Parts: sequence; structure tokens; C-alpha cells
Amino acid sequence: MQIALSIKDLTKQFGDFTAVKDLTFDVEDGKFFSILGPSGCGKTTLLRMIAGFYQPTAGSIEIQGKDMLGMEPNKRPVNLVFQHLALFPMMNVFENIAFGLKRKGEKGPGIEKKVNDMLERVGLPDSGPKKINQLSGGQKQRIAIARCLVLEPTVLLLDEPLGALDAKLREHMKVELKKLQVKVGTTFVYITHDQSEAMVMSDYVAVMNKGSFEQLDTPQNLYSNPSSSFVAQFVGENNKFNVALQKDESGKFFAKTKDGGLYTLSNSFKLQNSESFDMFVRPEAIIINPANPKPEFNVINADVKAILFDGGNSRLLVTPEKTDEEIIVSLPQNRQFDYIKARDSIKIGWDPEAAVCFNKTGEQIYDDEI
Amino acid sequence: MMTKSRTRKIRWSFIIFFIPVALWLLLLIVLPHIELLRISLTSTSTDGFTLDNYKAFFLEPIYWLTFVRTAMYSIIVTAIVLIISLPVAFYITKISKIKTQGLLMVLILVPFWVSEMIRVYGWMILLRESGVINSIMLKLGIFNQPIEMLYNDITMIMGLVYTSMLFMIVPIIGVLGSLDDSLIEAAHDLGAKKLAIWKEIIIPYCMPGIMSGSIIVFMLVLGSYLTPKLMGGKNALWFTEQIYNQIIVYFNWEQGSAFGFLLLLLSSLIIWVALKLTKQSFSEVVR
Repeated sequence: MQIALSIKDLTKQFGDFTAVKDLTFDVEDGKFFSILGPSGCGKTTLLRMIAGFYQPTAGSIEIQGKDMLGMEPNKRPVNLVFQHLALFPMMNVFENIAFGLKRKGEKGPGIEKKVNDMLERVGLPDSGPKKINQLSGGQKQRIAIARCLVLEPTVLLLDEPLGALDAKLREHMKVELKKLQVKVGTTFVYITHDQSEAMVMSDYVAVMNKGSFEQLDTPQNLYSNPSSSFVAQFVGENNKFNVALQKDESGKFFAKTKDGGLYTLSNSFKLQNSESFDMFVRPEAIIINPANPKPEFNVINADVKAILFDGGNSRLLVTPEKTDEEIIVSLPQNRQFDYIKARDSIKIGWDPEAAVCFNKTGEQIYDDEI
Repeated sequence: MMTKSRTRKIRWSFIIFFIPVALWLLLLIVLPHIELLRISLTSTSTDGFTLDNYKAFFLEPIYWLTFVRTAMYSIIVTAIVLIISLPVAFYITKISKIKTQGLLMVLILVPFWVSEMIRVYGWMILLRESGVINSIMLKLGIFNQPIEMLYNDITMIMGLVYTSMLFMIVPIIGVLGSLDDSLIEAAHDLGAKKLAIWKEIIIPYCMPGIMSGSIIVFMLVLGSYLTPKLMGGKNALWFTEQIYNQIIVYFNWEQGSAFGFLLLLLSSLIIWVALKLTKQSFSEVVR
């Protein structure tokens, strides 16, 4: 596979602040590559360096083997779809898409053909004469992408372009964007803080935190085998337990919560400071009232605090007996659990294989976390 | 009943605010112009309605040539002001830091705290034969003898540009402030060079501000009196001086009124043509 974008030891500093730290990665040609991270993690800085708006402090950016260092944005074979799209309001749709072609020095008939082909491709034929303010949010989106794709860039950069859309349209555009990428085959580098956007669309996702990548993997691996506490928290929903680790005579590991709960673990650890571990269990890995649990299952009694009904994504909020910890449990909507009411006592259990443990990072992704 | 009294209330408040504006327009602008029009259509020698005063303007080359000269210079001044104001406004809104922005605006405003008269005299102190620049140049040995820099068209244009700059910069800053930086970046990203970005993005975006600024500057320059009189060449008149001469010097109110009315009509015509040429609508510009 050919490498479209190759980044080596890339660093960017603003004064004393290091926004991007020693990044090295390659993006294969034709892939949908996402960079996922909370705001302020340096992902926009990284994207702007690739586009050419920032000069890196150190390191190199190569696009199809060509060094981009010192090259102006207008000379690079990459195009950027801006967060707020930045469509030109004084031009109509046709002129917006033709803008880049005209800058390349292409002539009238050629431009017309390319623009109309592109409009066809993004599913908006005949909207060439429309004004930008006559378009809906989703249409603007597609025009902004069309305006870049018509220049046939090696890499298309997208800076959270779905952020401004309402939830329903965003769901729809995710699928649209993925389909479009497959159709045109251009390499997409997409940055977002929304893990669902990254997971649904991408071939590869890099989880970024404080200027460096925590993990670069396929969405499936990212979800099932997170490599750090940060990734486990940031990608998908997860139950987090602050635990201390113990080892019994037979070499088995246990996680002990501060309330005295003791849970079996499947992997082995090098124990040093055993107090500061985070244990994660996915909501859908937790089974409600397990019928014939395997002997190694962690089964505990818990009180149902609330039923969080959300269609297919419904969950139970439960508290293990004699603790004030909260655990989220997936609640399948197959009528099997319709009998569960708030304040009921139930049993929940999970396979030790489903739990992962990491050194505590002290990282807080959301303000209200403990 | 309820709604009726409410609408009546709104109407009253509207009338209270509207009356001063209406009176101001009527007493100071509409009535004098009607009177101007009436006087311009009469003659000292003959009774009744006559177009002689208007005919005189077109038949006497000295009159219409003065007007053409005035209009041409006003257009040149407007163009120069525009060329200087665009980068200045761009620097203030997009490049300078927020703290310096205020300072720069004050620097532009400060000269307008003194009257036009004082400003022009300031220029004269600098430029006259025994003025500051001449004495410095003589001391440095660059000039052998003092040079008269006043009373020529170039100095006059410089003075007019200086006195009207603010009225172009302020409206352009107004529209530039709302220009999203990412539009400029997007154009750059799509392959545009600096010149193309100015031509395709910044200037079209600023067009309403540019046009309203240009109208203000053009009208201001066309109707200015002090600067051309004090700084301009002695052998060429500004059209307002022509009106002044007719009314005050020759006491020919009829001719002066006709000139005044022609100034209004012709300048409106020029602005209309300019708006048509740039495809701007008046309502868009005055907004």
C-alpha cells in the first residue's frame, strides 16, 4: 500500500506550550484516518501544520514522499474543509467550487465540466446558481467538501465539519461522508472530539491527548483493547473503578475497591504501587441477573437507582450494595428485563476477561469526574 | 380594545421621535432646496420663469470645466483614499492585536478633534516657503533654496486625502470586522495567492463598506471649500468657490442657486453611475 501522508517526529511549540509532541505516523493511500481527542489536545494544530498554516517547530511532513517543509498552503496537494466550512458568501455554489480550479489556471469549459461532475457526485446537481445562504446545513457541508475534492487533493483534511449540525443530521452525514470517501477513494484525515464520528467512519483512529497519540488502531481494537486508561475512558462508554490490585497464593489477581468489593481479573500485572489502578468494564459486558454464571464470574448484588430509557441504547444505573459507586449497565430492549423497576435489587455479573486495568493517570476528561 | 390602545401608544411614540427628524429634514434641507430651485429659475433682468442660469453653466466653458475638474479631482481623491484605507483597515482589524487596535483607532480619530481650518493651517505651517520642511531641508543641505510646496494641485489632493481618510476607514473596518478569517485561509488553501485573495475575497466582501465610504468621501470632497481654497492653486477654482463667488462676490443669487442645484444633481448622477458600474444596490450600501 502506498503511503499518502507521512509524519516524522513532528513538534509544535507556542512559546512554552507544546501543542504537538514528537508525533510519528503514516496514513495509507485511500484510507479514512481520524484523529480523536478532547478539545485542546493539539489535533487542530496538527491539522493546520499538515495544511501549511503553521510551520512545525521540528520534524517533517511528507505527502506522497514529497517534503512539505516551508511550502505555502496554496502549493500543497492537500485541502482543508474548515470547521465552519468557510464557503464564500459573495459567490454562488458554482463559483465556490470553481474557485480553486480558476486559481490553477484552468479554462471555462473544463471548469464547467468538472464542477458539474462534482455537484453530481455529491448529490446536488442543478444547485450551481444557488446562493450559499439558500443552502441547508447538510448541503453546505457537501459543497464545502466538493470545493476541495474538485481539486483532486492527495489528502483531504477535515476539521470537525459536522460539529455545527444538529444531532439527527449529523448521524446522517456520518454515513454520507463515509460513502463519499469510499466512492472517491481520496485519503481523508478527519479530526473530531466525537468518538462516535471517528468510530463509524474511520479505517484507523488515533486517540490524541496532550499533544501525542495514546493509541493508533482500528476502531474495533480501540474499543475492545484500549491501551491506556485515557483511551478506555474516551472511546465509548465505560464504567471506571478506582481499585487496588492484589495477588493471591495461586497467582490470581484481584481488584479491590475502597468499599471492600473484590473482583477477579484475568490478566497479570507487575505490581508496584498497587493503590492507583483504574479498572474498566463496558456497560454491555455486564450481564443482568446471570442465570448460570461461570465460576470465575464477578457477580454482585446491586440496587437499581434509575432506568435510563433511550430506545436501543437504554441503560440501568445501579449501585452495588453497601457502596455509593455508580455502574452503568446496558439494558437490552428485548422485553426480557421489563420486570426491572427502579429501587429493585438485582444481581449483575461480568466475565473477568471483559475487565481491563490500567495505571491511574489522574486524567479527568469531564469536569464532574471524581 | 386592548390592542387598539397599544397600537395608538406605539404610534404616539413613533410620532414623538419622528417629528424632530421630519422638522430637521423639512426646514434645513427640503425648504432651502425648494427655495434654491425657485431662485435658480428666476432672473435679475427678466420676470418669470427662465432656464438662463442653467444654460449659462453649459454654455460658459469656465463653469462646466470647473465642475469637471472638481468632479475628476474628487474621484481621484476618493480612489487614493480607498487605496490607502484598505490596507490600513485590514491591518487594524486582522493583523494588529486587540490592545493595539484601540490605540490605532484613536490615532486615526485624533486629527479630527481639531477643526478642518486648524488642520489645513497645520499643513501650511509645514509646507510653506518659510515652513518647517523647507527650513529642515535647507539646513540639511538637500535644498539650495526654499521651494514653494503650497498652492498646487498635488498638495491640495494630499490635503483632501488627509481630511477625508477617516470616513473611508471606519465603514471598511465595520465590514472587515465581520469577515471570518477562515475565508481568507480557505482561499489560500484552495490555491489563491495574496493578490487573488484581495481581488476575489476581501474586496468583494468589503464592497458595501467601500461603496458607502466612497460616497461619503466623494460628497465630502466635492462639497469641500476650505482645503481647496487654502491649499489649492490660485489659477484653478473648486466648484464650491464658483458658487461662493456668484453669491457672495457678484451677489448673483440666481446663478449661484443654479450652480448649487447642479452640484446636487450631477454628484447624485455620478454616484448612481458608480453604483451601477459596481453592481451595488443603494439599500445594501446604506445599511
